Amino acid sequence: MKKITIVIFILCMAPFSSLFAAESGMALDSAPVSTADNASLQRGAESFINYCLTCHGASYMRYNRHYDIGFTNEEILTKLIFTGQKVGGLMESAMQKKEGEEWFGVAPPDLSVIARSRGADWLYTYLRAFYRDDSTATGWNNLVFDRAAMPHVFYQLQGEQKLIVKISDKGEQKTLVLDKQGEMTKAEFDNFVGDLVNYLVYLGEPHANARKELGLTVMAFLLGMLILSYALKREYWKDIH
Amino acid sequence: MNKIIEWIDKRFPLTSNWKAHLSEYYAPKNFNFWYFFGSLALLVLVNQILTGIFLTMNYKPDAGMAFASVEYIMRDVDYGWLIRYMHSTGASMFFVVVYLHMFRGMMYGSYQKPRELLWLVGMAIFLVLMSLAFTGYILPWGQMSYWGAQVIVSMFGAIPAIGESLQQWVLGDFTLSDVALNRFFAYHVVTLPLIMLVLVFAHILALHEVGSNNPDGIEIKANKNPKTGIPVDGIPFHPYYTVKDIVGVVVFLMVFCGIVFFAPEMGGYFLEYNNFIPANTLQTPDHIAPVWYFTPYYSMLRAVTVNFLWVDAKLWGVILMAASVVVFAFLPWLDRSPVKSIRYKGVYFKTALTLFVISFFVLGWLGTKSPTPLYTLLAQIFTVIYFAFFILMPWYSKIDKTKPEPKRVKE
Repeated sequence: MKKITIVIFILCMAPFSSLFAAESGMALDSAPVSTADNASLQRGAESFINYCLTCHGASYMRYNRHYDIGFTNEEILTKLIFTGQKVGGLMESAMQKKEGEEWFGVAPPDLSVIARSRGADWLYTYLRAFYRDDSTATGWNNLVFDRAAMPHVFYQLQGEQKLIVKISDKGEQKTLVLDKQGEMTKAEFDNFVGDLVNYLVYLGEPHANARKELGLTVMAFLLGMLILSYALKREYWKDIH
Repeated sequence: MNKIIEWIDKRFPLTSNWKAHLSEYYAPKNFNFWYFFGSLALLVLVNQILTGIFLTMNYKPDAGMAFASVEYIMRDVDYGWLIRYMHSTGASMFFVVVYLHMFRGMMYGSYQKPRELLWLVGMAIFLVLMSLAFTGYILPWGQMSYWGAQVIVSMFGAIPAIGESLQQWVLGDFTLSDVALNRFFAYHVVTLPLIMLVLVFAHILALHEVGSNNPDGIEIKANKNPKTGIPVDGIPFHPYYTVKDIVGVVVFLMVFCGIVFFAPEMGGYFLEYNNFIPANTLQTPDHIAPVWYFTPYYSMLRAVTVNFLWVDAKLWGVILMAASVVVFAFLPWLDRSPVKSIRYKGVYFKTALTLFVISFFVLGWLGTKSPTPLYTLLAQIFTVIYFAFFILMPWYSKIDKTKPEPKRVKE
């Protein structure tokens, strides 16, 4: 009986253990996500508007939701909205879906919940892994997402990377080296992408911080309930032998 | 107060029902941990109905709007995120408590005479629960909603002769489309919950007719106090088990809220990452995996790789998958053991049950993975073990060396 319970418990834990976590694909860099850091989120939001929103939409998100991360009404109107939309409007892309399909082959996906499907680490690695490849339509390729339709939109900031393939006994080893320096140093660019990915994580679930905060209150309440209900149970069960 | 109750009692059996089902319903006094899950299943059912009602107020069953309406709930509806996470977590936790509830029944022989009908009604509830989960998972209209449903619906197509027309009849279209989304929404919010409520009512009615089993698997009704007619090992459900179940509810809610507030995706097991991509009818995902609670059956569906006896491998898979669920219903007649509880059963049953549990988990884990030759072989081996538990039961439960049952329940 007890043995079965133990077996079940171990088996329940198995899917979450790292033993089974190894999935193929290249190693991803860990994204510096901190959704409590409003300064980082605000920098990320501005980069998102400037670099992403021209082609991608975030059409489940409203501009005025950015009060959450410390923007004022004024700031939203001056720093985030360039398309004459209302402050309560949805963050829709300036580009039509059909145009996107014609220009890139596929319409650029909506980014509202991209961090929830791809994960922060993937995005952080992907956005820093573009390299020159003359065999593709855009002239760019990506180490994480082979033949991605998106060109390297940050190439002025990051510069140009080149793919180096080393073949050894262990198989192919692909690395990227900076070929032409951009406007930013490596550390600056990593921070820039870090802020952007941090913002994408926030964008994926704007209420995540409120959720965790409320969660602590609820758990504290339940703990109190547990003590009371257990005391009640003991009191009633005194006379059962 | 008494006058009001008197007034009601003349017109409606209030006090008599209160007594029959709560204050004078005598349950064995030795219920353990495993006996919390029935009342918890009821709690989750209520949670699903209440949160579901609020979700329908803002959800749009339209292939063009469904995904966006879910995100609208998550962002713009006040506490919409909480309601939605309670519903999505509730779906998975429903299966957690129901699986534990079923396992309890298997351990203590709760399906044995005279509780065969109780077990069968429970099986019907399980089937409705699976249908509810399937129709509900389609509604957000993400990639996994779409392609997961595609896999399940295509199983109708595997049925010979009528398969294809049956599939079209179910879908109302040649492919999975807005038409199917609309009708699955109707099933999910009206048809299936109604059937579920009726079955749950019948389940409790049947339970209270025969009385609860207990970890010792002996009938407490066989030993009644000659003066009062009350089972000596029975205690009134209310207040004893109501106050005990409240403790269980609070502990359960701590786990439930821990997930809702701190890990609503549960590492991609409760909310799959790919389902945050809107359904794309032209792009099949690289890897389609159902939600965790369906993965053991999905493994068995994929385990058959060869045509056999003029029947297509795919159809065998479908047959095997259906059988893997329905086979539970035969337990009352497969178990030939003279005792009910695992406490008094012999080493054969204990080994068989342990192997069954292991195979259930391994098949579940394999169902989340892309098939490789090794995984497929493992799935085949564990499918055999899974079915062997049931098919060989009449034999091993009969020759098993059982221990004598006690006269009275143990503490």
